[in-house]
Amino acid sequence: MPRMTASNAPVPPADDARPLLAAKGVGKKVRSGDTELVILQGIELAVMPGEALAIVGASGSGKSTLLALLAGLDTPSAGTVELDGADLFALDEDARAELRGREVGFVFQSFQLLPALTALENVMLPLELAGRRDAERAARDELARVGLAERLGHRPAHLSGGEQQRVALARAFVVHPKLLLADEPTGSLDADSAAGVIELLFELNREHRTTLVMVTHDESLAARCDRVLRLAAGRLAA
Amino acid sequence: MIGLALRMLARDARAGELRLLAAALAVAVASVTSVGFFADRVSQALLRDAHQLLGADLALVSDHPWASAVSEEIARRGLERAQAESFVSMAQAGAGDATPSAGASLRSQLAGVKAVSASYPLRGTLRIAPAPGAPDAPAAHGPAPGTVWLDERLVSALGAPVGGRVRLGAREFTVAAVLTLEPERGIGFFNLAPRLLMNLADVPSTELVQTGSRVTYTLYAAGPRAARRAFERWARARLERGQRLEDLESGRPEVRASIERAQRFLGLTALLAAILAGVAIALGTRRFVERHLDACAVMRCLGATQARLLALYGLEFLALGLAASTVGCFGGYVAQEALAGTLGSLIGTELPAPTPLPALQGFLVGLVLLLGFALPPLVQLKNVPALRVIRREAGRSRGAYAVYAAGAAALTGLLVWQAGDVRLGAYVVGGFALAAAGFAVLAWLALRVLASARVARFFGAGSSAPRYGLANLRRHARGNAVQVASLALGLTAVLLLGFTRNDLVDAWRRAAPPDAPNRFVLGIQPDQVAGVKAFLASHGIGAPEIFPMVRGRLVAENGRPVSEKSFADERARHLVEREFNLSFAAEPPGYNRIVAGRWANARGQPAGLSVEQGIAERLGWKLGDELTFSVGGQTFTAPVTSVRKLRWDSMKVNFFVIGPPALLEGFPTSFITAFRVAPAQDAAMNALTQGFQNLTVVDIGAAVRQAQGVIDQLISAVQFVFLFALGAGVLVLYSALVATEDERRREAAVMRVCGASRAQVAGSQRVEFLAMGLVAGALATVGAAAIGQLLALRVFDLELPLNGWELVAGPVAGVALLSLNAWVSARKVLKTSPALTLRESS
Repeated sequence: MPRMTASNAPVPPADDARPLLAAKGVGKKVRSGDTELVILQGIELAVMPGEALAIVGASGSGKSTLLALLAGLDTPSAGTVELDGADLFALDEDARAELRGREVGFVFQSFQLLPALTALENVMLPLELAGRRDAERAARDELARVGLAERLGHRPAHLSGGEQQRVALARAFVVHPKLLLADEPTGSLDADSAAGVIELLFELNREHRTTLVMVTHDESLAARCDRVLRLAAGRLAA
Repeated sequence: MIGLALRMLARDARAGELRLLAAALAVAVASVTSVGFFADRVSQALLRDAHQLLGADLALVSDHPWASAVSEEIARRGLERAQAESFVSMAQAGAGDATPSAGASLRSQLAGVKAVSASYPLRGTLRIAPAPGAPDAPAAHGPAPGTVWLDERLVSALGAPVGGRVRLGAREFTVAAVLTLEPERGIGFFNLAPRLLMNLADVPSTELVQTGSRVTYTLYAAGPRAARRAFERWARARLERGQRLEDLESGRPEVRASIERAQRFLGLTALLAAILAGVAIALGTRRFVERHLDACAVMRCLGATQARLLALYGLEFLALGLAASTVGCFGGYVAQEALAGTLGSLIGTELPAPTPLPALQGFLVGLVLLLGFALPPLVQLKNVPALRVIRREAGRSRGAYAVYAAGAAALTGLLVWQAGDVRLGAYVVGGFALAAAGFAVLAWLALRVLASARVARFFGAGSSAPRYGLANLRRHARGNAVQVASLALGLTAVLLLGFTRNDLVDAWRRAAPPDAPNRFVLGIQPDQVAGVKAFLASHGIGAPEIFPMVRGRLVAENGRPVSEKSFADERARHLVEREFNLSFAAEPPGYNRIVAGRWANARGQPAGLSVEQGIAERLGWKLGDELTFSVGGQTFTAPVTSVRKLRWDSMKVNFFVIGPPALLEGFPTSFITAFRVAPAQDAAMNALTQGFQNLTVVDIGAAVRQAQGVIDQLISAVQFVFLFALGAGVLVLYSALVATEDERRREAAVMRVCGASRAQVAGSQRVEFLAMGLVAGALATVGAAAIGQLLALRVFDLELPLNGWELVAGPVAGVALLSLNAWVSARKVLKTSPALTLRESS
C-alpha cells in the first residue's frame, strides 16, 4: 500500500541504510536585472534505496529546478546534494556526467528522444556512450519489454506520444540505474496513454528495484508513490 | 569510440542531417579541384604551347658550331633534339622564270636563311600553303633536301612561285611551299629579312658558310622536365663565350607577361571558389550545431563527458570530411574532364592529363575548411549544459561569431596558398574580411530601416502579408543580418567573377589590341624623317610616332668598367654583350609607366636616364647609379633617375634606356617607328622601300599573330575557369539559403496553425526574402565593384571602367534568387502539414 506523508523535514533514515539521494539546505536564486529571485530555499530531503518519492506542486513552484539540482544538471546557490554518498557539487561537471551515466536514468515530459535516431538507436545511446558491446541486444530486449518490439526502426516523429515515452522509459531503464528521475512523465500525454505509461513505469521500477523521484502536478499519480512532498513557493511544505 | 563516431555519422547521414554540410564540402572540394585540375592542365598546355615561340623547351644558341658532345648529350639524356643554322644571304630568282641563271631579269633579295634538321621544330608547328594567300596546313617536318620554303614576302620579292627555282650561293633549289608560320618568328636581327627555310643537309652545297661567316648555330632540346633540367644544368656549366641558353623564362618577355597574367587570373578564380566554400561550410555547420544542441544535452544527461562529446563529434566530422572530400575530388575530376571534353574547342588546344597534385590540394582544402569552420562551432556544442533537457532556453547557441576566427585564419592561409601570390591573396582576403564585417553591420541597419514602423504602416493599409513579412524581418534582425551578409558575400564572389570576367578580360584585350603594330621601320635617317612621315600620311597609314635611336654599349657602372664577365646571369651577360638601342625623348612614351624615381628628361633639367624595370632588375641598376655608355667611340655618363614599366604585349616600340635629348642628340642617330598596315596596303610598303632604299621594313605581322594567338588562348582558358567557379558560387549560394529553411518552416507552420491562409504564408515569406535579397544584392554590388577596382589597379595593372548595368545586376540577382527561394520554400512549407512540421521540430 502506498503511504503518503508530507513533511518539510527529512525522513529519518532507517538504521540499516543510508539514503541514496540526500539534499541538505539546497537553495537556488537567480538574478533578474536588479532583483534577486528565490526559486528554492532550504530544501532538505532524503530518498532511501528502493523508495518512490513524488514531488508535487503548482506550475512555477520550483519542481523542475529541484529535479535538475538533484540530478546535478544545475548548480545550487546553497546547500549540497549527495548521490550514493558522493557530494554532487564537489565533483566537476564531467565527473557528475559520468556519475549520471552510471547511476541515473531520466524520463522527461518532452521525451527528449533524438529525432534523427530510430527507437532502437535512442535506447542504445546510453549503452554506447558507456562503451557496452551488447548495446543492441540489451536495447532490443528493453524495447520488447515496453511493448515496442515491432517499432524498433521507427523514428520518434513516426511514433505516438505514448510510444515515444515508452522508448524514453526503455532508454532510462536499459542501463539499470539506481535512481530514476522523472519530470512530469505524463505531462504531454492523453489520459489513456498516460495510464499505460505510468503502469509501465511502476512495473519497471519494481523489476529493476530502482529508486524513483518523480516531479508531477498530477495528485493521482503522486498517490502511487511511497511518499509525497509538496513544493510551494520554493519551499517543501506540508 | 571510433565505432560509435562512425555509427553517429551513419545515423546523422541517414537522417539527412549531414546532407547540406557534405554537399557544401563536396561542392567546395569539387570546385577547388576542378579548377585545380583544369588550371593544372591549362597551365601545362600553356607552358607547352608557349614553347611554340621557342620551337623547343630549350634552345642553345651559339655564334660558332656546337661541339658534337653537346648534341650527343641531348640524345644521351633521352631528350629530343633538333638543329638549325641561321644566316643572312642573298637569294636570287629569275622573274617569272624557272631558270634564274638565264640572265637579264634576275631578282635578288636579302633573305634570312634558316637551315633546319628533319626533326625541327620540337615544339609548335610549321605551317605551309601551296600558294600565297591559299589556306595553309601544318607540315610534319621542314623542307626536303633540294627544296626550300619561302615566306610570302620573299615569294613576291623574288617573283618565285611554288615550283619555281631559287639560287642560294652555289646551289639552286626548288620552291616547294609558301611558309606561313614558323616558331621563333620574333623580332631579331635575322627576322628583318624575309624567311627562307631550307634543309640543314643542303648547307654545305651552297658554299655560303665559310670561315668568318656570321652564322647562328642553334641546338634545340625538348622532353621530360627532369631530364631537361638536368641537361640544362649540364650545358650551362659548359657554355663558352658567344654561347647562350634560352628557355621560356629568358626567351620572350611578351609571352612571359601573358603567362604570368593568366596564372594570376586562374589563381584568383581558385581563390574565390575557396571563399565560397568557406561560407558554405560555416553555414552548414551552424545548422548542424543548432540541430544537435538537444542531442548533446541528452547525451550529457546520459553521462557523456565534454571531452567525450568533442571527440565523438570531432571524429564524426573527420570521417565526414574524408568521405565528402573524396567525393568532391572525384566530382571535380569528372567535372573538369567532361567540361574540358565539351569545351575543348574553346580552349583551342589539346590538354595534357592533370597531375595528381590538385586532388591532394583538394583533399587538404576540404579538411582544412571543415576543421577551420566546423571545429569551432563543435566546441560550442560540447559546452551545451545538460540542464537544457529540462530548460530549453539553457545553452541556446549564441552568435559566437568569434569562433570563426580560426576558420578565417585557416581560410586565409589556404587562399594565399591557392593564389600562389601573397599580394593577390592578401587583397582578396582583406577585401572579403572587410566586406563580411561591413556587410553584417550594414545589413542589420538596412533591415531595421526596412522593418521600421513607418514602412510597416505604409504597407499596413494593404494585405497583411507584407506586414507579417516585415514583422519577421524585425524579429529576426540579427539572424537575418548574418544571413544577408552571407548571401551578400556569396553574391559578391559571383558578381566579382562576372565583373572581372567581362571587364578585366576586356581591359586585358585592350592591352594587346587587334590593331597592334605589324610593321617596324628601322634605319630612318634624320633627313628622311619628314619624308617618311609625309609618305605614311599620304598612304593612309596615319602619323605613327617616330623615335630616335642611338646604338651604344654599356661600358661602366658607377665608374667601374663593365663587361659581360661582370654578370653571372646569362641573360644579363647577353644584354651587356651587345649594343643597346638607346633613345631620347623629352616626355616618357604614353604607354610606359614610371614606377620609381621621376622623369627628368625635360629640357633644362640635369641629365638623367630612364630605364626599363626588367633590365634594371636584371643588371642591378638602382636609382642614382651612374651609367656610362660608349657610342661610336665617344662616351657619356648619366645617372638613373627613373624606372619605367613597359607593356611588352602591346607590341609597340620600346626602349630599355631613354636619355634626355640634350645628352644624346649629338650622337649618330637613326629613327625607328611602328604602325599597323592592312593587307591591302602591302603595295604601299613596297613603295616605301623603293622610295627610301636604305630603310628596313620589318613585317612583324606573323610574330604579332603568334603572340596574339597565345594571348587569345589564355583568355579562353581564364574565361572557362571563371565559368566553372561561377557555377560553384551559385551552388554555394543555394546552400546558404537552405541553411535557414528549418526555422522558416517551423514559423510558417505556426502561422498556419494560427489561421494564416496559404497566400499569407507565401506572401509574408516573399516580402521578407525580397527585402533581404534587395539588401544583399545592393551590398554585394558595392563590395564587388570595390574589390574589382582594387584588383584591377593594384594587381592586374589595368584600367577598369565602371559599368552601369553592373550596379543593377546585384540587386536584381539578389531579389531574383531570394524570390525563387521564397517560392520553393513556400511550396515546401505548404506541402507538408503544419502538424508534421511542428512534431518534427518539437
